[in-house]
Amino acid sequence: MKLIIAIIKPFKLEEVKEALAEIGIEGMTVTEVKGFGRQKGHTEIYRGSEYTVDFLPKVKLEIVVPDDSVVKTTDAIVKAAKTGKIGDGKVFVLPIDEAIRIRTDERGESAV
Amino acid sequence: MKLWSQSMTGALKMIGIFSLLALLTPVFAQEAADAVAAVAEAATEVAEAAAEEAPAYADYDAFAASPGFALFTVNNLWLLISAALVFIMHLGFSTVESGLCQSKNTVNILFKNVFIVCIGLLGYAFYGFNAMYPGVYFDADAGTISKEVWNGFFTMGSGWFAVDNNDVSMVTDAYNNYTWWTDFIFQGMFAATAATIVSGAVAERIKLGSFMVYAALLVTFIYPITGSWQWGTGWLASKGFYDFAGSSLVHGFGGFAALAAVIVLGPRLGKYKDGKIIPILGHSMPLATIGVFLLWLGWFGFNGGSVLSADPRGVSYVFVTTALAAAAGGLFSICTSWMLLKKPDLSMALNGILAGLVGITAGADSISMHGSIIVGAIAGIIVVFSIIFFDKVKIDDPVGAISVHGVCGIWGTLAVALFSDAATFGTQLLGTASVCAFAFVASLILSLIIKAIMGWRVSAEEETEGLDAGEHGAEAYPDFTAAHK
Repeated sequence: MKLIIAIIKPFKLEEVKEALAEIGIEGMTVTEVKGFGRQKGHTEIYRGSEYTVDFLPKVKLEIVVPDDSVVKTTDAIVKAAKTGKIGDGKVFVLPIDEAIRIRTDERGESAV
Repeated sequence: MKLWSQSMTGALKMIGIFSLLALLTPVFAQEAADAVAAVAEAATEVAEAAAEEAPAYADYDAFAASPGFALFTVNNLWLLISAALVFIMHLGFSTVESGLCQSKNTVNILFKNVFIVCIGLLGYAFYGFNAMYPGVYFDADAGTISKEVWNGFFTMGSGWFAVDNNDVSMVTDAYNNYTWWTDFIFQGMFAATAATIVSGAVAERIKLGSFMVYAALLVTFIYPITGSWQWGTGWLASKGFYDFAGSSLVHGFGGFAALAAVIVLGPRLGKYKDGKIIPILGHSMPLATIGVFLLWLGWFGFNGGSVLSADPRGVSYVFVTTALAAAAGGLFSICTSWMLLKKPDLSMALNGILAGLVGITAGADSISMHGSIIVGAIAGIIVVFSIIFFDKVKIDDPVGAISVHGVCGIWGTLAVALFSDAATFGTQLLGTASVCAFAFVASLILSLIIKAIMGWRVSAEEETEGLDAGEHGAEAYPDFTAAHK
């Protein structure tokens, strides 16, 4: 099993969710985050004083999938989240030691 | 978290200050009474002669049956509505201040505003109202301040609570266009707004207990002094000073009291770093906007009620000058801030509306229609420069209160001489300078004394955590995720 972490632009969330549903992935956890990579922030002004906003709002998805689904999952995310413009985000893949379904106490891939 | 004993110390100190002043009253009253004994005799003779005249009405019912009752009712009603409109300005101040400050201090700001209206009204009831309107200010025969002034200042409200609801001289048109009660509540609402101006400027770092003591003393004892100079037929009134609804007496007073308090307080942590001004963003522009619109609404009572009757021509005139000045203020601060700062700034536009309102307050009944537009426009321009100026000299004012009320209060007062012939420039300058200077000095002394006794500013740790956590152990938005602490 692998944990896939994807940081994407917030407005792309619906599109990515639907793309994942199409390939049979229906569970995920979503967090609102802030961040930046090489995309610079922008300048704002408040009552006469300028300041830079470096952190931009992003959305983080976390999905745990069986090993054989990793490639199709990451492909779907990248395709749906891409705009071609700077700030599209990143996808990371991490190994997972264990997964447990709380309701039924199932472990391993059947818990995912 | 404050220990209960620490909070009680603040309360005990407040009780102590009040008790001290109460104990001093017999001393002053006796000295003053002795000093004007000869004059008092002459005054008593006049008073006795007046009392021997028949009262205007046998009782209130007789007045209700009289032809003047309908007009009295209308006048009185308008004054009461105005009092309620001025009251709503407290909601306006609460939302403007909390909107332009950080969410972690919201409970504290709201608490201060709630406290001010409560203590302001009560302080004004027990002492301030009598002190501000002592009846007879000058004894023309003796050429000195009359005995009544000393009695008003140093008799702790005994006159107020002795007024009887059946006293025809107080509740019919023998008193004025409105009853004594209406007079009190209308003026009482004004007094409370003068103190709440300070709460915005000192927000986000002032110690709660210290501010509560400060505000109580400012409204109860300091505000009536300057108020009596003009509206209490004092020395400024005798010089021909003109302040229709309080550009100097309320707004200039509040603004310059705020300036002194802020100087003693110092800027918020991290506001001025290495010669740069770091913006500390307000947390809710919707709240700030709601506040300004409520203040504009309340101003119709603030200025409209200051006509002191429901006279159609008078009140409608004032409504229009007030609204035109507000609109011009907003428009011209939009233009000014947009040109100066490259982007249209909502908070500047909001301050501009308020600046226009403050600007017209001294002359709403004497300045012409096109004059009121110009006065409001200039106020809208001035306030933008003033806000930027105070930031440049490291006077941290989170809501712009000093600029809106202090600086534009002076402008509004001088504008009366420039745009009408209700007063001369020299008189207006004298009046606004003396009121603002007095407010500044009194506030400075008060701040320094309170600072020495109980502190003036919260600790750096508490300021960073937020006053809601430190002073109140509460959150304004417990359900929301914190943007940052």
